Amino acid sequence: MPFESLVATCLAYVVLMFGVAYAADRAAARGHVRWLDHPLVYTLSLSVYCSAWTFYGAVGYASRSGLEFLTIYLGPTIVFTGAWWGLRRLVRVARMHHVTSVADLISARFGKSNQLAGLVTLIAVIASTPYIALQLQSVRLSFEAFATDAPNGAATDGNAFGGTGLWVAAGLALFTILFGTRNLAADERHHGVVTAIALEAIVKLLAFIALGVFVVWGLADGPLDMLDRIARASADPQVAQGWMLQPDRWTALILVSAAAILTLPRMFQVMVVEAADEERLHVAGWAFPAYLFAMSLFVLPIAVMGREMLPASANPDLYVLTLPAAAGQDLLALLVFLGGFSAATSMVVVCAIAVATMVSNHWLVPVWLALRRIPAGDETDDLRGFVLNARRLAILAVMAAGWVYHEASGGTAALAAMGLVAFTGMAQVLPAMVGGLLWRGANRKGAYAGIGTGFVLWMALLFLPSVGIGGALPVPAGTDPWTAAVMLALVLNTLAFIGVSIFGFPDPVERLQGLSFVSAVEPIRHSRMMRGNDRAEPLLAMARRVWGADAALRYFQAEARAQGKSGYLPDLTPRFLTRLERRLAGSIGSATAHAMIDRVAGGVALTVSDLLQVADEAQRAKEETQRLEAARAELVRTAGQLREANDKLTALSVQKDAFLGQISHELRTPMTSVRAFSEILKDPSLTEAERTRFAGIIHDEAGRLTRLLDDLLDLSVLESRRAQLTIGVANLHDLISRALSAASATRPERGFLIDRDLPSEHLAVITDVDRLLQVLINVISNARKYCDAVHPVLIIRVRRPEGGGAVIDIVDNGSGIDSGRQSLIFEKFARLNDPARAGGAGLGLAICREIMLNLGGEISYLPGQGGAAFRIVLPARPPAAAEEARQA
Amino acid sequence: MPDRPLFLERASFHRRRLGDAARVLPVLAMLLILVPVWWVPSSVSFAAGAVWIFTLWGLLVIAVWALHRALLRAEAATMRASEAVPEADDAASAPVGGGPDAL
Repeated sequence: MPFESLVATCLAYVVLMFGVAYAADRAAARGHVRWLDHPLVYTLSLSVYCSAWTFYGAVGYASRSGLEFLTIYLGPTIVFTGAWWGLRRLVRVARMHHVTSVADLISARFGKSNQLAGLVTLIAVIASTPYIALQLQSVRLSFEAFATDAPNGAATDGNAFGGTGLWVAAGLALFTILFGTRNLAADERHHGVVTAIALEAIVKLLAFIALGVFVVWGLADGPLDMLDRIARASADPQVAQGWMLQPDRWTALILVSAAAILTLPRMFQVMVVEAADEERLHVAGWAFPAYLFAMSLFVLPIAVMGREMLPASANPDLYVLTLPAAAGQDLLALLVFLGGFSAATSMVVVCAIAVATMVSNHWLVPVWLALRRIPAGDETDDLRGFVLNARRLAILAVMAAGWVYHEASGGTAALAAMGLVAFTGMAQVLPAMVGGLLWRGANRKGAYAGIGTGFVLWMALLFLPSVGIGGALPVPAGTDPWTAAVMLALVLNTLAFIGVSIFGFPDPVERLQGLSFVSAVEPIRHSRMMRGNDRAEPLLAMARRVWGADAALRYFQAEARAQGKSGYLPDLTPRFLTRLERRLAGSIGSATAHAMIDRVAGGVALTVSDLLQVADEAQRAKEETQRLEAARAELVRTAGQLREANDKLTALSVQKDAFLGQISHELRTPMTSVRAFSEILKDPSLTEAERTRFAGIIHDEAGRLTRLLDDLLDLSVLESRRAQLTIGVANLHDLISRALSAASATRPERGFLIDRDLPSEHLAVITDVDRLLQVLINVISNARKYCDAVHPVLIIRVRRPEGGGAVIDIVDNGSGIDSGRQSLIFEKFARLNDPARAGGAGLGLAICREIMLNLGGEISYLPGQGGAAFRIVLPARPPAAAEEARQA
Repeated sequence: MPDRPLFLERASFHRRRLGDAARVLPVLAMLLILVPVWWVPSSVSFAAGAVWIFTLWGLLVIAVWALHRALLRAEAATMRASEAVPEADDAASAPVGGGPDAL
């Protein structure tokens, strides 16, 4: 294809990219980010990993080393299978801290140290410059290869294309500056760039798959034939030797490419910085490996077919272009050319943005701020403008460096190795990064030691040899020198990082950050940051300098409103200051933001005791909660007890009222008869016999009254436990016999059959004999009164329990007492049947219970004995006697 | 820790086990990719090796896809379970398919 029309095609393609980026930026500005935020756009933007090095170089790599080229894709695949717990966490933490680059992540984690970020930036710059040069070279080579009909004729006419690299570099710099430094937003996202890259990813993939399909089904005869050809190609002993996989190299390459997907500046930019949240990794977790799968599926077939069809002198790195051209498929070749062009440009753009952000945030801005030591409040200049210009300058510098490197190296084959060199360089950041995210003990000195060691070894063993300075590592025969160098650098790096971390004691800011990163929680706010409110205005002025007046005012107003204040000046609470600092960090990096806030708000250094106070406050709050919990439980218990006491008092009050009512009633009945009959006695016409009868009735009723009052007095004495006991010894058999004969006066017409076990009754008891007799008479009389059997039987059983004393059971064969009323029978005035039949005041059993309590025993109702059954339990000695015995 | 529950309900338990699977998967992938090359490099270096590695790769993609799908569902289920507890009465009286879950 003529050179001019090729240039025209490229220009048209570039215009398309500019248009897409512009449209996406405009849509984002209007808030139409729905499809821009789609996980698929995110996944496609990750394909910036497949640069021109992989697009063209993979085929060359495969034709030289067989399946080994797959390692570059398998490493990221393994990382992405762990997307759910690994990458999601990385993105969440990075978003939480508004991290702007991989250097910023390391710096924020290790105490917001700008020097550390500067070191990481240095590695990134050294590693990226040749890598960008490699992309420029691939574009130049593809031009050379494609613009002539004879694939190899261009080499003699290289000058015609000498300007290609410069033009490409200039065009990409323009694109990057236009869409990469449009704003200085707090979240550092570039919708235009990402969308353009997503489109380029589709072009890349389509081009490669189209070529692959053409090779497998057009040139070869389907997949089986292709496998056959691969087998045939590898039958050549020279090829077989190159293709044989070396396990150590295989492992090291997978390790390095897995590290690269995390640490390469451009990958961190699209994967972490441009991600709105971690949710999109749910799709990217499988879709990105699938993309890599599709990109590498046809690499080996193309390589084998190129070997077969093209002359041995053809450059395998350009098989993807020369193969379709040689087969006469010019349109396919053009598509592939555009695919390669896409791969190169997208990589350069993103890499330039990422490295320029690092350079401006960690090199230019801190230096500029340090050079101008003017009190913060008086600064009226526009920091925002400076940061943006610094970034533009950095982009130009990165591009220029890449072009100069490209020109200086003269496009030698040495560049081809630069991809891996860049990978291994950035991989030196991995131990500090992963350690910082997983291990709270990792500290800044350890990070310095690890990254420093790795950097020096990488320079000496990998970078400098790759540009022709120094030689490869002297290793024993049979070992791969590259693998040895990579493993040596990474292992010593990790050991230095861990070793120094173990013996270090990090400063408080670092420890707070460590906690926040490892636990993936919001940074703890510490009370020392509380300062006077007169500093709010200078802070607003500072934010205005970074974000521009409108954005700063909007943010401050929103914060003030969140605190419930009107106006633009929120209170300088620790919460607000922490949030402001992290938001500023999104624009200028965490270290610079931290330094600026400290300078404006009159920084007070955080001390270890502040940290302990933070921990203390949390501990105190926890203890306070536990204390309140305990107090609450105590209150609940007390309330329960109070409720019970109240219930008891209410019941007692009701009982007292009932008792008064009962006793009034009991006293009133005999009094009424006494009054009525004494009225009658006044009548003079009464006969002597009548007078005698009425006087008799009055006498009886008075006697009943006296008995009732005696009982009441007796009960009250017994209840107060002041009853005088006359303790004596008696034979229980005699007592029972006396009780039976005394009780026989009650309802003498009832013939009771008495069932006694005479031998066991001969027990000596020490007690108040008269009182016990009273109880026995009462219980037996009750039985006589209430037993309703036709042939009444009274069973009396006595036994001596273990501890001495006696147990007397008195059981009749009547219908007994309902279970519901058994508890009532010992209460005062508790007459179960009609009062007339009982003929007493209903105090008998109440008195019995009191007597037994006074004697130290008890009387209880035994349910389930086939009739009314009472058990009287006597102790070995009455309480008073027991007391005397103890005293004696 | 006293303030963390000792035992989980079915939904949360299921989600945690899927999370364990997500942790194991990268290790498994790494072993499957590395071990054969250390073991029998000569038989995985050529055409057969290409078939082996691309098959494995395709299976890995499908496994991650299925796992993420299951995890998202399990998370949604846990969310529903924790929401349903305080609003059990509402959920019972709501018409079937009327909630946002039906969409």
